[in-house]
Amino acid sequence: MSSFFDLKARKAAAANGTLSTSGEKQKEENPRVQPWVEKYRPKTLSDVTAQDHTTAVLQRTLQASNLPHMLFYGPPGTGKTSTILALAKELYGPEMLRSRVLELNASDERGISIVREKVKDFARMQLTNPPGGGYRARYPCPPFKIIILDEADSMTQDAQSALRRTMETYSKITRFCLICNYVTRIIDPLASRCSKFRFKSLDTGNARRRLEDIAALEDVVLAEGAVDALIRCSEGDLRKAITYLQSAARLVGATAAAAGDADEMEVDGEGEGITVKIVEDIAGVIPDATMQKLVKAIHPPKSGNAYEAVAAAVKEMVADGWSATKTMTQLYHIVVYDEMIPDIKKNRIVTVFSEMDKRLVDGANEHLSMLDLSLRISEILAGR
Amino acid sequence: MALIVDKHRPRSLDDLTFHDELSKRLRSLAQSGDFPHILVYGPSGAGKKTRVVATLKELFGPGVEKIKIDSRVFQTSSNRKLEFNIVASLYHLEITPSDVGNYDRVVIQDLLKEVAQTQQVDAAAKQKFKVVVINEAEHLTRDAQAALRRTMEKYSPNLRLILLANSTANIIAPIQSRTLLIRVGAPTQQEICTVLANSAKKEGWPVLDGLNKRIAEASDRNLRRAQMMLETIHATNEKVTDGTAIPIPDWEVLVNQIAQEMVQDRSVACILKIRAKFYDLLSHCIPASDVLRSLAFALIPHVDDIMKSTVIKWAAEFDHRIKLGSKAIFHLEGFVARFMKVYEEYLEGMAEF
Repeated sequence: MSSFFDLKARKAAAANGTLSTSGEKQKEENPRVQPWVEKYRPKTLSDVTAQDHTTAVLQRTLQASNLPHMLFYGPPGTGKTSTILALAKELYGPEMLRSRVLELNASDERGISIVREKVKDFARMQLTNPPGGGYRARYPCPPFKIIILDEADSMTQDAQSALRRTMETYSKITRFCLICNYVTRIIDPLASRCSKFRFKSLDTGNARRRLEDIAALEDVVLAEGAVDALIRCSEGDLRKAITYLQSAARLVGATAAAAGDADEMEVDGEGEGITVKIVEDIAGVIPDATMQKLVKAIHPPKSGNAYEAVAAAVKEMVADGWSATKTMTQLYHIVVYDEMIPDIKKNRIVTVFSEMDKRLVDGANEHLSMLDLSLRISEILAGR
Repeated sequence: MALIVDKHRPRSLDDLTFHDELSKRLRSLAQSGDFPHILVYGPSGAGKKTRVVATLKELFGPGVEKIKIDSRVFQTSSNRKLEFNIVASLYHLEITPSDVGNYDRVVIQDLLKEVAQTQQVDAAAKQKFKVVVINEAEHLTRDAQAALRRTMEKYSPNLRLILLANSTANIIAPIQSRTLLIRVGAPTQQEICTVLANSAKKEGWPVLDGLNKRIAEASDRNLRRAQMMLETIHATNEKVTDGTAIPIPDWEVLVNQIAQEMVQDRSVACILKIRAKFYDLLSHCIPASDVLRSLAFALIPHVDDIMKSTVIKWAAEFDHRIKLGSKAIFHLEGFVARFMKVYEEYLEGMAEF
């Protein structure tokens, strides 16, 4: 009998809304230990920010209780994993989630053998019945299971081709959701079996709203322009922005009051708030002064050669530990938006950038690459 | 007897002498009880590892210093056995996944999951989570990094990662967006002088400002190298004065020789002579990319201004090829031959004027 009551209590809790319950539960357990990225992961589809098109389609499936195979792709931090998890939660509710959803990601072994065994076993498992009572009324519990293959672009080709037939054979009782950053790494036969959803980078308005919401919930004070700085530094990656926000909040909170309750700490830090400088510090943005020094060195002097100046500037930057990728990105923005440089030269400069990017990704020496990049730009600017 | 680099290594955040701002930040993170995953990057000899160890001590107390070395055997999917060494204390693990080359994914998957799924047993422990320090994170393969992604999120209650890397270029964006990036810049020459003076004082050597300054200049702002130089000087010379010569490593002497030969004699015979020297360097385990880089910078003073950017251009190009290719000697010689050709052409061009 006791379990019956327990169920009822849980249902009552569910009726109050999933969002608040799970949020509170986690808060009781460990108020500060959880990364905010996890804490503020959208709990329902309507919470998912900025992917209106995708969520609208998925909302409809909630009512229709039918779902195609899905392929989510887009840059990191745009809410791909969040969306499917939220959808699964809304479809099945907390009790059915475990028996109806299988989540595999790159941290699990996902070779061809796993696809053949684990995925296949799960795919052909018969459906369990949803618990009776009002559960069906609260959650649709459609008659299929979902297999989420997160980070599918890191699956081998063989493993992907092993999925092909599995997807079709068990399509009556199983739906697949593949999530990846690069749709090109998914083999064509798989991609053609799925309806594709592109997740675009978050636009400023939505990202700002979300960040401000979180800041308000966590009692973090944001100084003027801090949100803009967060958005600028994270380049449309909301997860990055939230991580930065949390780190910044930690810094501000912890320096203000070393001891005390978690909540008090944040309130104490109110005097300072998160400033643009703190955000840029955390994001590793290279200060304008340093960049200007490099740019000035690159612009060729009237007489003589730029080598000495460029070499000195680059050497200093490397020793200071500024990451070459970040330097390249910032230099790129400066050069491309510089109206003093004629278009034809910009074309050639951009080619150099692309080559250097490839080299850095291949693991070439940062110092040499940066020096080469700067010198070549300098030469192009000098008109040689 | 330990080297002074190790002997005088700061053990706690308070002992660190430079980057005060950063030390303060690390301390506040450690004390807040809500420690994020962090990625520490910066040039070598800047004190990345020292800072991480000090932070761990701040997090867990002196218990982290009691370390033991574990040897573990992992099995890959193709039934190959991998031996892998882990440095561990009660509270943290330290691994260098690049030891196992391409199989690092297996190690990451197995080991991290195992750590993540066990809770901290010691009830008296300050933190509920364990820390895994990953050295040379930039050498992790793509697969291993991909394996890290979800693990970092899923097991965050039990596990924190500290990644150490020389550069962030090879770390995939999803990992960067999940970690707090901490840049450790190299110390300035002034700061190196201070550290050297401290070390000398502790060892009972005379503190020589002139010498320290010259060491700081010669060390390329690499503190480890500076301390090594100081120790070498004191070990090789009976009486150390401000004017004592700073010893250059043998291999750099050799590289300088090569550079000189390349400029003076541009012929096939010379390439053959240089080849012997390259083999000498490589057989002494000097990394080929280091050889190439020092060679390029050694060539710079020998050539005219106009040629300098060309030298760098080819050095960067061949450096890239060394990374992609498998046999370093080809690319080193390729660079030498290319330089000789370019230089010859340049000289001929000059003669025509």
